Amino acid sequence: MSDTNLLYTEVEDDLRATVRKLLTDRCDPVVVTALYDGDRSLVDGLWKALAAELGLAGLLVPEDRGGAGASALEAAVVLEELGRTVAPVPFLTSAVIATLVLRDSDGPLLGQLASGEKTAALLVPLSTAPHGALPTVTVADGRLTGTVTSIAGAIEADTLLVFADGAVFSVAAADATVTPVVSLDMTRQLADVRLDGIAGELVVADAEQAVQDALVAGAALLASEQVGLARWCLEETVTYLKERKQFGRAVGGFQAIKHRLADLAIGVESATAAARYAAATLAAGDEDAVVASSVAQAYVSDLAVLAAEEAVQLHAGIGMTWEHPAHLYLKRAKADQIALGTAGAHRARLAGLVDLPTPQ
Amino acid sequence: MTIDEQGLRRRIEEFLAAHDPATTERLEFLRARYNAGLAWVHFPEGHGGLGLPQAWQPAVDARFEAAGAPDNNKKANGIGLGMAAPTILRFGTEEQKQRFLRPLWTGEEIWCQLFSEPGAGSDLAALGTRAVREAASGDWIVNGQKVWTSGAHLAQFAILVARTDPDLPKHQGITYFLADMTDPGVDVRPLRQITGEAEFNEVFLTDVRVPDIQRLGEVGQGWAVANATLSNERVAIGGSPVRENGMIGVVAKAWRDHPELRTPELHDRLLRLWVEAEVSRLTGQRVRQKLALGQPGAEGAALKVTFARIAQELSGLELELRGEQSLRYSDWAMVRPDHVDFTGRDAGYRYLRAKGNSIEGGTSEILRNIMAERVLGLPSEPRVDKDVPWKDLAK
Repeated sequence: MSDTNLLYTEVEDDLRATVRKLLTDRCDPVVVTALYDGDRSLVDGLWKALAAELGLAGLLVPEDRGGAGASALEAAVVLEELGRTVAPVPFLTSAVIATLVLRDSDGPLLGQLASGEKTAALLVPLSTAPHGALPTVTVADGRLTGTVTSIAGAIEADTLLVFADGAVFSVAAADATVTPVVSLDMTRQLADVRLDGIAGELVVADAEQAVQDALVAGAALLASEQVGLARWCLEETVTYLKERKQFGRAVGGFQAIKHRLADLAIGVESATAAARYAAATLAAGDEDAVVASSVAQAYVSDLAVLAAEEAVQLHAGIGMTWEHPAHLYLKRAKADQIALGTAGAHRARLAGLVDLPTPQ
Repeated sequence: MTIDEQGLRRRIEEFLAAHDPATTERLEFLRARYNAGLAWVHFPEGHGGLGLPQAWQPAVDARFEAAGAPDNNKKANGIGLGMAAPTILRFGTEEQKQRFLRPLWTGEEIWCQLFSEPGAGSDLAALGTRAVREAASGDWIVNGQKVWTSGAHLAQFAILVARTDPDLPKHQGITYFLADMTDPGVDVRPLRQITGEAEFNEVFLTDVRVPDIQRLGEVGQGWAVANATLSNERVAIGGSPVRENGMIGVVAKAWRDHPELRTPELHDRLLRLWVEAEVSRLTGQRVRQKLALGQPGAEGAALKVTFARIAQELSGLELELRGEQSLRYSDWAMVRPDHVDFTGRDAGYRYLRAKGNSIEGGTSEILRNIMAERVLGLPSEPRVDKDVPWKDLAK
């Protein structure tokens, strides 16, 4: 009788507070900015703390497989906090996408991901939409050959999940050639991966659906990361414009600015509702989850870019500097917009899902 | 004792078993439904509700509708149900609640809103309609002019704000009343709009008598009471409970019905708006879930700004989709409709009527100010008239 709850529960609020505290202590913007100059020393320790010490890597893994048996709603709250700090950790790629690919697999890998003992990445370009074409890797006698570009989470991964011939194989990252690329968003640095006939272990036999479901879930939960990012941009900009004075008054008191910020606030609230619904339908196994995931991406990914662009513009001079963190958010927002399907790709997908046919 | 969802379902079934919609007289059924607490379940017991979450109401209504229960004329009484009722519930005396809420809900008494004036639009607090206390009777005598009053020609009662103390600054000298629209001093004249019809009215008030027991809230408290009404209005307007309700449903249907009219450019715009309408639906749902825990604040302002923009863009899109057909208009004749239907009539009407969505109930510009100041805490607009007695303001 009641409709899907779109508010945060107390358990989620507590989880958020725990994650926020750790990120406040250990994910300073100055250290994050250093990623752009090649200093990745932050990454391993931060991921270990989140994955193993807080146990977040196992959120989506059932308890009997060594996980926390939580739902997409809790994972969404973690992602909001990671987006809020543009944290450079492979939560989305390992604890969400790779984990969900393995969800119905046997073998020890799922439990190892859950405990944080191992970190994995699915070999697809970050730009792959859930309904898009998957890269071609050939398999012969259990040996994998092919090149996949622009993979997120591969640098941090010790295990790579390779989709080939309808199945998913795991390979040790050390056996592949992983080449980091200079990325638009260095807080989620991409890599190209080459497989030269290396041995893979079959982990999911009939895997096409599992991979697609994992990408749908990844897109749905990416929206929560984008909400966290957008909310930071809004709050930081509002705070700054209450303090910044020009013409003898606070810049945030000018109506042209107030109306832009009001529109942005409306957008952030709307994005929150879309992302919560996507997470809630995912958590409930609701048949609307596929539509909800594309609705969330079609709306939230553009909104997050708008929020970051407004943050730069309304901070003005200081927003254009390397010193101010706004650029970290702009780069993450723009890369996130392309990640897992652009807004346009998701709208095109919705046309079929909700019966608004393309003109003939 | 709190009732769970199962308990509520059971109550509905018991009620329907005892009051067969097919054989029970309409008004008798509606009054009994109110008395059983199944009218608006989020209202308190004794006033048509059971103190349950407002989010449960759509399912209750759906069950009654499926059972063939009579309608409470809600299309004609949007102001009463959406604005007057929650305000009376919050600020009314027990006697006022007993007197007004049931006939309001059953549709026996239709309500209208006497707020805006020719000289007080966005600046509603500058209103000049005067209410003067008559010493002998204690009644209030009201004189002035109101405007943009939907349904005034059908209404038995009005929520009215009037100035009771012109010596105080504008926000402080206002009092809120429940006025009888059948008083001989009430003169309702149709106000023709850009659609051709006269859904709104001008209302001239000449020595209209309002007994003091029909004052809602304290003397001078009218601004706070009116703000509660307007917050309820904005929440009532923004966001619909089911997917593809409202304008998006109309335009999506036109798209499905007319493959020959589809173009890639319109397709892209339609998909964008479909997504926005769906997200707006979810945002409304989330706001209502928040409000179940408290009174509406500025959240409704955000919903209404979005609702207006989407309705306007969609209705414009529909005209472009229909092409040549859109160059024709159904009928410019001045009629006085008995209810407002944003998605009614033809595409041309919808386009023109939607222009009102960003004006009625607070312009989108004023609502953005409200959002910026009350939600984001940004500095207020300069208010040079804030501390000046109303009588000394430039008019």
